[in-house]
Amino acid sequence: MVKEETQQQHKGLAEHSGLADIFNRDEQRVNWHDETLWFVRSKRDKAAHSLPEWELLRETASQIKHNVLSDLDTYLQQFEEQALINGVTVHWAADAREHNQIVHSILKKHEINRMVKSKSMLTEECHLNEYLKEHGVEVIDTDLGERIVQLAEEPPSHIVLPCIHKKKEEIGELFHTHLGTAAGESDPQVLTEAARQHLRESFLTRRLALTGVNFAVAETGEFVVCTNEGNADMGSHLADVHIASMGIEKIIPRRKDLGIFLRLLARSATGQPITTYSSHFRKPRAGQEMHIILVDNGRTVQLGREDFRNSLKCIRCGACMNTCPVYRRSGGHSYHNAIAGPIGSILAPNLDMKAYADLPFASTLCGSCSNVCPVKIDIHDQLYKWRQVLVKEGHVSPVKAMGMKVMAFTFAMPRFFAFAGKAGRVVMKYLPFVVSNKLNPWYKEREMPKPPKESFREWYKRERR
Amino acid sequence: MKVGLFVPCYVDQFYPQAGIATLELLEKLGVEVEFPERQTCCGQPMANSGFSHLTGDCDELFTESFAGYDYVVAPSGSCVLHLKEHLHSKKNPSAAEDLRGRIYELVEFLTDILQIKSLKARFPHKVGVHQSCHGLRGLHLSQMSELVAPGFSKPEYLLNFVEGIELISLNRKDECCGFGGTFCVAEEAVSSKMGKDRVSDHVQNGAEYITGADLSCLMHMEGILKRQKSGVKVMHIAEILNAGE
Repeated sequence: MVKEETQQQHKGLAEHSGLADIFNRDEQRVNWHDETLWFVRSKRDKAAHSLPEWELLRETASQIKHNVLSDLDTYLQQFEEQALINGVTVHWAADAREHNQIVHSILKKHEINRMVKSKSMLTEECHLNEYLKEHGVEVIDTDLGERIVQLAEEPPSHIVLPCIHKKKEEIGELFHTHLGTAAGESDPQVLTEAARQHLRESFLTRRLALTGVNFAVAETGEFVVCTNEGNADMGSHLADVHIASMGIEKIIPRRKDLGIFLRLLARSATGQPITTYSSHFRKPRAGQEMHIILVDNGRTVQLGREDFRNSLKCIRCGACMNTCPVYRRSGGHSYHNAIAGPIGSILAPNLDMKAYADLPFASTLCGSCSNVCPVKIDIHDQLYKWRQVLVKEGHVSPVKAMGMKVMAFTFAMPRFFAFAGKAGRVVMKYLPFVVSNKLNPWYKEREMPKPPKESFREWYKRERR
Repeated sequence: MKVGLFVPCYVDQFYPQAGIATLELLEKLGVEVEFPERQTCCGQPMANSGFSHLTGDCDELFTESFAGYDYVVAPSGSCVLHLKEHLHSKKNPSAAEDLRGRIYELVEFLTDILQIKSLKARFPHKVGVHQSCHGLRGLHLSQMSELVAPGFSKPEYLLNFVEGIELISLNRKDECCGFGGTFCVAEEAVSSKMGKDRVSDHVQNGAEYITGADLSCLMHMEGILKRQKSGVKVMHIAEILNAGE
C-alpha cells in the first residue's frame, strides 16, 4: 500500500515532505536505513582520515574542475578531436530526447533489440530505459543494485547504492519471482550467485552494451568507467557495439588528474581506497564500434547560473547523501528525481523549477554535505540560494508568502513586537513552530516551549533601567 | 569595551534566563553591556524560507540599534551566522558591513576576544554538548567531524572550567537535531525523527543536561524530551558558565 501511495505521489505533484512522511510511518525501517547509510559515512571518514593530504586533494580537485568549467568548450573540442583520431564516433545531444534518439538510431542501424547497460545516472536522468521499452528494446541493467531495482520496477534510490532501501529478504522475494531462487532464500551469497548466472547469459548474448562515463580525458580522448563488479567491462568487451553516454561536465584536462579524482571518488563513495575496476577505454577493438554521446540536457544553462555553476563539479560519489541526516531518514525516492539527496536538490530545479521547487527546502542547511564533498561544492549555500530564486519566481504557496510578510512587518516594528510579545507571546505565532493548537505539525511529536512570566526585555526594563 | 547585547526574538520571548545569564556572565568578566531596546530579530526566519528580500527593515533596525558598539554579542550561533553573512543596510551600507565583522556568538566572544583562561562556576552534573550546525560549520566553534583536521571545541574548552561538570561523549558527535527553522513544520516527519534520534544519543550516554550555544536546537530537543516525559533537561551554555557555586 505504501508503495502504491508513493507511486501515486510520483505521478502527481510529488512533494518531498509527503513522501518522507510515508517513509517515516515505519520507524524501525527508518532506523535501519539511517544506520546503514551512517555506516557508509563512517567508512568514508576512516578512509579520508587515512590520508593526511585529504583536504589538499579536495581543494586540488575543486580547482581542476573550476578550470574545466571555465573553459569547457575548448576541452570538449579537444576531447572530440582526440576521440575521432582514436576511431570513436562522437555524438552531441542537446537534451534527453536527442540522447535517447541517438541510442535508438544506433540500435536500429545494427538491428539490435536487446542490450546490456552498466550504471549510468545520466541514462536515469534521460529516462532511457522507458524510452527504449516503448520502442521495443529490452534493456538489462547489469549493475547488481540496478538490476534489483529494475526487477522491482522502481528507480534507484541512491546514485552509488541503487537498492540501498531494500532489505535482503525483499531482494530474495524478487529473485524468487524473477530468477527462480528458492522461496524464502535471503542469503546474500546465494542471491548474488543467482544474479551472476543470470547476468552472465545476458553478457554473452547481447551485441550492444551501454556504459556511463566517470571521467573523460581531454588530452587523450579516452574515458574511464569505475565499477566494483566489472560489469561495464564484461558488457563492453563482449559486445559488437559500445555506447558511452556522458554529461559534458565529465571532462578532466589530463590523464594525470585521475591520480586525484580516482583517490577521492572511491573513498568518498564507499570508503574503499580505490574502485575495484577503473577501466580506461580509448579506441574500439578490431571489428568493434565505439560511440560517445556528449549530453548537455540543461548543463549549459546551469553553467550560466553563476550561483549554481559549481554544482557541475559533481563526480557522483554520493557522499552528500550518506551524510545527509534528512536523506538518511526520508529515503532516496522521497526526492522524486533521478538524483536524490543534497546534490539532487541543487541540480533538479535547474531542469524544472516548478516540479522540484520543494527540494531545496528538504534540508536543515546543516552543511555536512558541503564538508564531505570531494570537489568542495558549496551545496548547502546553493540550497539557500535556490530558495531565494524559487520564491522570487513564484514557486511557493501564497499562504506562506503572506505569513512571511506579516512576520517581516512584525519584526520591523519594535514597539509592536514588544507589545505583541507581552500579550501572551502572540508575536511568536508568526514563527511557524509555536502555534498553540493541535493542528500545528510541531505539536505532533513535540511539546511547545512554555512561555515565561516575563520576556527578557521586560526583565531588563524592570531590573536595569 | 562596550558590548551591545543581542537577544534573538525567540530567546527574548521564551528563554529570558539565557539572556540574563549572558548579561551577568559578561558583566562578571568586566565587560560593559547594554541591551538596545529597539532590537527585534536577525531576519533569518524569513531568509532561510527564501524571503531574504523581506528582511530589509529588520536589517536597518539591527544596524541602527548596534552600530555604536565595539562588539555585538548574542547567545545564539545561528542568528549570529546569519548576520555575519547577510546583514546589509541601504541607509548605511558601510555601518552594516563594519558591523558584520564585530558580531560574535557568546562562546567565541569569550574564547577569541576576551580570551578567558579561567572561570568561576560550578555545575555538578553529567552534560552532553550539542554542536549546533550553524555554530559548528558556520562559525567553526568546534572542529567538524567530516574534515581531516586537528580537533578542538570552544564550548568544551569553556565547560571544562566549570567545577564538578562531567561531559559525556556521544555516538554521533555533530549530527543535526532537525530543527532547521520552518523545516521543523514543513518537514514534520523527518524533523521530529531527527530530534528524537539526537535526544536519544544524549539520553543513552547518560546526560542529565543537554547544552549548546544555540537555543533553537535546544528548544527543539526540549520539545521532544518533554513529550517523552524525560527527566533530562536542556540548558543554554551561558547558564552553565554562569552557574553559582
